[in-house]
Amino acid sequence: MTINLILSIPYMNHHLKKVLLASFVAMLGGMPALALAQGHAGHTDHSGHPDHSPHAGHAPEKEGHVKHDARDPDAYSGSYVRNAGQFSLPPYDALLMSDTHNFGSIEFDRFEYVRAQGKEWGAYEGEAWYGNTYDRIVLKAEGEAAGGKLEHAETQLLWRHAAFAFWDTELGVRFDHDEGAPNREWLAFGIKGLAPYWFEVDATAYVGPSGRTALGLSVEYDILLTQKLYLRPEVEVNLYGKNDERRGIGSGLADVTTGLRLKYEITRQFVPYLGVEWSGKFGKTADYAQAANESRRQTRFVAGLSFRF
Amino acid sequence: MKHHTKLALPLPLASRRRFVQGLAAGGVLAGLSPFAQATGMPPNRLNTGTAQILKGTEFYLEIGESPVNFTGKPRIATTINGSLPAPTLRWREGETVTIRVKNSLRETTSIHWHGIILPFEMDGVPGISFTGIAPGETFVYRFKLRQSGTYWYHSHSGMQEAKGVYGAIIIDPAEADSIRADREHVVLLSDWTDEDPMRVLAKLKMQGDYYNYNRPTAVDFFQDASRMGLKAALDKRGMWNEMRMSPADLADLSADALTYLMNGATPSGNWTGLFRPGERVRLRLINGAAHTFYDVRIPGLGLTIVQADGVNVEPVTVDEFRFGPGETYDVLVEPKDEAYTIYAQAMDRTGYARGTLAARAGLEAPVPALDAPEWLAMADMMGATGAGEAGPAGGHHGGTGGTGHGGTHGMDHGAMAGKGAGRQARHAKTEYGASTDMRVDMPRDNLDDPGVGLRKNGRRVLTLSQLHTIGGAMDPRGAEREIELHLTGNMERYAWSFDGVEYGKSTPVHFRYGERLRVILHNDTMMTHPMHLHGMWSELETPEGRFQARRHTIPVQPAQRISFLVTADALGRWAWHCHLMLHMDMGMFREVVVA
Repeated sequence: MTINLILSIPYMNHHLKKVLLASFVAMLGGMPALALAQGHAGHTDHSGHPDHSPHAGHAPEKEGHVKHDARDPDAYSGSYVRNAGQFSLPPYDALLMSDTHNFGSIEFDRFEYVRAQGKEWGAYEGEAWYGNTYDRIVLKAEGEAAGGKLEHAETQLLWRHAAFAFWDTELGVRFDHDEGAPNREWLAFGIKGLAPYWFEVDATAYVGPSGRTALGLSVEYDILLTQKLYLRPEVEVNLYGKNDERRGIGSGLADVTTGLRLKYEITRQFVPYLGVEWSGKFGKTADYAQAANESRRQTRFVAGLSFRF
Repeated sequence: MKHHTKLALPLPLASRRRFVQGLAAGGVLAGLSPFAQATGMPPNRLNTGTAQILKGTEFYLEIGESPVNFTGKPRIATTINGSLPAPTLRWREGETVTIRVKNSLRETTSIHWHGIILPFEMDGVPGISFTGIAPGETFVYRFKLRQSGTYWYHSHSGMQEAKGVYGAIIIDPAEADSIRADREHVVLLSDWTDEDPMRVLAKLKMQGDYYNYNRPTAVDFFQDASRMGLKAALDKRGMWNEMRMSPADLADLSADALTYLMNGATPSGNWTGLFRPGERVRLRLINGAAHTFYDVRIPGLGLTIVQADGVNVEPVTVDEFRFGPGETYDVLVEPKDEAYTIYAQAMDRTGYARGTLAARAGLEAPVPALDAPEWLAMADMMGATGAGEAGPAGGHHGGTGGTGHGGTHGMDHGAMAGKGAGRQARHAKTEYGASTDMRVDMPRDNLDDPGVGLRKNGRRVLTLSQLHTIGGAMDPRGAEREIELHLTGNMERYAWSFDGVEYGKSTPVHFRYGERLRVILHNDTMMTHPMHLHGMWSELETPEGRFQARRHTIPVQPAQRISFLVTADALGRWAWHCHLMLHMDMGMFREVVVA
């Protein structure tokens, strides 16, 4: 995972590099505990594991590390091409299969009722994507609504590219809306994928006007209790490069949210859940919250539905 | 022009299992089929089970839609002459057959004659051999039969094969058949999904293990930990989890999506083939499934394998064999009792196809329980290098069914795998990108390995090393040239390819006309791929280069290296692909140019 992270670093601005690395390492530190609870156990210490030390026989995903003697995949073509030349059909009769087709999906991970400290609201997080195996257009949406009003929304429009076996890059724009505060726009660049031991990781850096920067990180993991019932612990961290007082955001580590949801797959498409979330604000962000008479720490109960089409 | 006969001896009408009951009925609702009405077939009859037999040299096939009901949900199948499976075509070696195929669908269609040696224009792959058959049009196939044996035919367009366009072909030898039997039955195994197959594919694009309900759970882990200790339980999972591979990745589609069919009948439909006790019965088994590897056995009977992919082999008697989509096996059985179950478990053990061999209609024999799904062994992921580590991986999910072999599976297999050690694979440059989630550097040769789920199960299970084509290789020449291609994929992305390159981005593979060449297929994935080369035989050889068997479809196990020789005697452009339909459709497909 570290390798993948490092690969993406050259694309990020210098200020974010340190923040990203520091916070990512910190987050990962907390994960092995989760990993051990699962069959997907995380024994990262290979020294205690002599059987597996000769890794020569297989190729753990070296993310694009081409061997020097690798074959040319077109070497057997004898310069023939499809749909032209001897025995070929005209190109408009070409065989097209699903590898060139576009697929699409709408996936809502969270569509939930939230209750905390006597208040209640609704929250959503999901995405719609369309495209082929390697390039997709993605609309990501996340937000909160109360009393029929959208209080907070983050919406991103991204190009998702399959860059490595288990990792995608994402490039696009993000729009933030906060009730009673100015909207914000960002350019977004992120990586998203599956780290060894089945951790779903998403790390995105944002750059906005007036030198604003931000970094969002999330890690989640599914612990299968049965084939249909599973626990999903997740951690989300947001960091900002600059104070944005009108939106109650301070520079540095702004907030951390950890959640644990117990989900039951009625089908792969409809998954109701119950859960608990703990959220904390830190630094200047916490000060702003206190000044606005909002809590710095919050424990929430959630109930909702994941669904996809 | 058409002769309507039954393959087996005539049965009393009332007992014909093609008119099955209720849900057990599953099949084409003939009364509702426009074709059936047009041809005056009796209405309100369920046409399932043994397909009609068409004999002669002139045939008319009409591809259309028929209402079916296999699960209680009415659906529309794509069928030939309103029948699922399609009519069995009985031909004779040396004759020239003419088949008029009419397209009554609203989309292009095609028929591919699987395993038949013919001119490439007659091979029936739209976009390669011809332009396909447009709606309303009729295409005339005509070719001379230069072989005999059991084959099959199916649509090569879109998902039509998964929706019912497949049937058996029997080619009688020009001379007397050297395989002597008192009676014979076609046993065509297939699978059916109530979902639109493209929708199934779209779901796999959302989640590669969408249909897998045998994934490792935390409960399994704690059970293992208490049984074998924490360290062993961690070891068993360690490499898999590090590699982001699932040891339970046995099939993309399970019984969650599929209903398994034997001659078009569901398990409760219980297709029945009759015999008289003491007779020698030839079963022509065809795997016409879109996506299912079957493990076939008939408890109480030895299966004497006499033919593979239409080519006679030295008889070998086993209890069980595995075959993938595209493969055929002819077996001889000598039933003495009244009834036997033909039992074909899906490789992932989520369901089975089933029928009965019976002395009288209506008899049934016990239906075995499904075996427990076994995890892939370390050697299935790592090839020869995995040999020493295979022990722990084989344990937990294997060895059920009272054989008590449990933890030894992987070990034993490790020993088998060891033979391939030392042969370094050469990956293509394109295998290092997003299309490929794993590469095996040291493949294994394991021709003597029946594969995951069949190792040490207490039964005699056929392996490729036991297949010996009678008469040897068709061409005495050694290979003048060698090509190595890798079978690649990415399960998370549900992408499949050769050398990390999907069909749409690929260039053809050129065989020089007249040459004898060696093809090496090296499987970098965790799944077994039935690889089907059109137009020419694939002559499987041992790792030492000794001729083994002539095939048209060769299953390549995970982390395995298979080599076979081809005589490039068929000018033209041909398809070459994995016969798991969704793998093919996602790009594990190449064009071959013989010129």
